[in-house]
Amino acid sequence: MDFTHDDEQKALAEAVRGLVTRTYGSYEDRRRTVRDEPGYDEKLWTGLAEMGVLGLPFAEEDGGMGAGPIESALVAEELGRVIAPEPFLTSVVLAGGLVAATGTDSQRAEVLGAVSAGELVLAPAVAEPGRPMTAAASAVRATAAGEGWTLEGVKEPVPHGATAGRLVVTAALPDGGTGVFLVDGDADGVTRTGYSTHDGGRAAQVRLDGAAATLLGDGGDATEAVSAVVDQARVVACHQALGAMAVALESTTDYLKSRKQFGVPLATFQALTFRAADMYVSLELARSLATWASMVQAAEPGSTGDTEPADAARRAALGTSRAARHVGQEAIQLHGGIAMTAEYHVGNYVSHLTALDHLLGDGHQHLRALAADVGDHAEVDPLP
Amino acid sequence: MQLELSEQDAAFRAEMRDFFTTKVPQEIRDVVASRGELSKDDIVTSQRILNAEGLAVPHWPAEWGGRDWTPLRRHIWHEEMQRACVPLPLAFNASMVGPVIAAFGTQEQKERFLPATANLDIWWSQGFSEPDAGSDLASLRTTAVRDGDDWIVNGQKTWTTLGQHGDWIFTLVRTDPEAKKQRGISFLLIDMTSPGVEVRPIELIDGGHEVNEVWFSDVRVPAENLVGEENHGWDYAKFLLGNERVGVAPVGATKRVLAQAKEWAGDALADDPLLAARVAELENELLALELTALRVVAHSTDGKPHPASSVLKLKGTELQQAVSELVVDLAGPASLASGAGDDSTVPQWARRATPAYLNLRKASIYGGSNEIQRQIIARTILGL
Ligand SMILES: Cc1cc2nc3c(=O)[nH]c(=O)nc-3n(C[C@H](O)[C@H](O)[C@H](O)COP(=O)(O)OP(=O)(O)OC[C@H]3O[C@@H](n4cnc5c(N)ncnc54)[C@H](O)[C@@H]3O)c2cc1C
Repeated sequence: MDFTHDDEQKALAEAVRGLVTRTYGSYEDRRRTVRDEPGYDEKLWTGLAEMGVLGLPFAEEDGGMGAGPIESALVAEELGRVIAPEPFLTSVVLAGGLVAATGTDSQRAEVLGAVSAGELVLAPAVAEPGRPMTAAASAVRATAAGEGWTLEGVKEPVPHGATAGRLVVTAALPDGGTGVFLVDGDADGVTRTGYSTHDGGRAAQVRLDGAAATLLGDGGDATEAVSAVVDQARVVACHQALGAMAVALESTTDYLKSRKQFGVPLATFQALTFRAADMYVSLELARSLATWASMVQAAEPGSTGDTEPADAARRAALGTSRAARHVGQEAIQLHGGIAMTAEYHVGNYVSHLTALDHLLGDGHQHLRALAADVGDHAEVDPLP
Repeated sequence: MQLELSEQDAAFRAEMRDFFTTKVPQEIRDVVASRGELSKDDIVTSQRILNAEGLAVPHWPAEWGGRDWTPLRRHIWHEEMQRACVPLPLAFNASMVGPVIAAFGTQEQKERFLPATANLDIWWSQGFSEPDAGSDLASLRTTAVRDGDDWIVNGQKTWTTLGQHGDWIFTLVRTDPEAKKQRGISFLLIDMTSPGVEVRPIELIDGGHEVNEVWFSDVRVPAENLVGEENHGWDYAKFLLGNERVGVAPVGATKRVLAQAKEWAGDALADDPLLAARVAELENELLALELTALRVVAHSTDGKPHPASSVLKLKGTELQQAVSELVVDLAGPASLASGAGDDSTVPQWARRATPAYLNLRKASIYGGSNEIQRQIIARTILGL
């Protein structure tokens, strides 16, 4: 049992931090970037590709780097620290992960090679209007059409759905179950209506009217595979949130030290410093859960004892959801009015934390699932 | 990063589990399992069984019975004891005065006290707090004045846990009334059978007699009973209180009670979704705490305490209290029957529920109250 990163992992985190702070050295840089399309910095995206980051989770045969969940988590945490709008989580980890999990050898090589090279951005079309996050698709239906397939229905919100080169769409199969499909972004029958999300991100409504689609893999129900990839992405999202929370807390403590009222620094008031201490407690507890969950994801299947990877992901996501709300809300409150402005970074960190909380299912959803199973075991033993 | 215990550590865990569940008498472990009150005999018997096997003071220097275990092994040892309902070695002996004498005592003091302390042949009490010296311990007023080869001690200690069983008491006494608060304090060992020592019981809100006042009237203490240097007692007290990284949070015991609570809940766990959610949330928070404890022990090989260790006491006591509160709620009206006997229709666990809940309010007060923990986090970690 070892919770420490090795030298190579530390070097990766440092390199990513160096690269992203060159682009987002000040919060104003991020603000400017998200004002214009495509909502992220394409030069940084290329830089990340050159560094190998965009191929990190994919096998070397597929054009990737053959790294694992720990490395993706490290990258996400660095991106979270500057709330980088680059779609690493949604395009690489989630959409790319779906291709990696369900595609044939040649599909994987073709798509993931291009993703790794930074030439292709994927959009994960998984979320369905009016439903909680689920792996089983129903709002889009697939119909066999000759050699290929066509899709019918609506997905929303689809992260970066308006500009992505290809969409990775989950759809209900004619004989039941869920299939994963590739759809060209500009194919006939695809209508994409893009917009900004509250945290400066991008999403779209994607309407599919008989759009031509390629089924990933050889057919059969992919619900479980989708579920597993969503779980992996959840853990990476937790780490992105950790990065954002850490900075929200750092900014808060800096502010308490520098801001003066009543002739003294705010840090003079114990009512405030104790609340900052509680933020730290929440952050560290969430960090423990997320780190553990990434280790469970990285472990050989079957070697994690009583802990299922899905269960670990849910537990980490529940803890992170609770922590993100606590840390975020307190970060604004302890700053006072300044944190309400769009110009100051902290409020936007809270907006981003809120987006991450809901992107792949929120604390309520995870707690409901955990509560349903709570009678199945006497206790949770985190070590196999 | 690695999730599994090494083969050797896993074997160590199995060995501990086996010993604790087979070599410590079931009757004693049953008292712990039912959250009952251990007798002095139970505690002594259990510690002597552990000591005979080298399991009472593994964290002491090897010369005096220590085992040179890694922090991880000490953590496993500590958790497995709690899991098996084995009474922990008396903290006053094993975690407090023993390490101080081993680190700062003379060779004579070590030979005289350490073996007897490990084996609980001497029962130690902790005489630090006074009526006017609580969190602000350094304001203590009990005095020791030099008279030839003796110190003459006058004053009052209070909150002395299990002082009614005490053979000896380790105290902080003021030996230089002129010096600045912390400077004039010494660490003095006092035989509780000395003339002038009087122990008076204090009844607590659970109806139990767990703490005492200890009065000193012209008590003669041989000068050789002073530990370390005169007027340096504060350093030793700080060493004693800051010594422990392992076992700061009562993780194992709280986990065990929560697992029992699920059994006590019976069908309600499946029938009452609010209860299931409350249990699931507590279970997740406990998991986060346990993982944080593991992070702390796994990191502490370089000798410096991990900053996150300060969250353990704070969150550990909160969860211990929250689980005890849950048990009272499970008992419902039956929780009033704390005075009923074994012929009652109310099961034993429900009769114990409220006294245990009331008793555990202490956990966030002693050993550095949770407010003091927040102060430490705010100051030393957040720099506020
Ligand atoms: C059951 C029990 C057993 C004990 N056993 C022992 C024992 O065996 N030996 C021994 O020596 N002592 C023992 N203690 C004493 C214990 O260590 C003290 O109770 C503790 O140090 C707190 O002191 P106090 O009770 O005087 O509270 P106070 O220090 O008066 O505190 C009152 C309240 O003010 C808060 N407070 C205090 N200072 C600050 C601050 N600077 N900032 C913000 N809030 C603050 C506290 O957190 C608390 O909420 C025991 C106590 C209990 C309850």
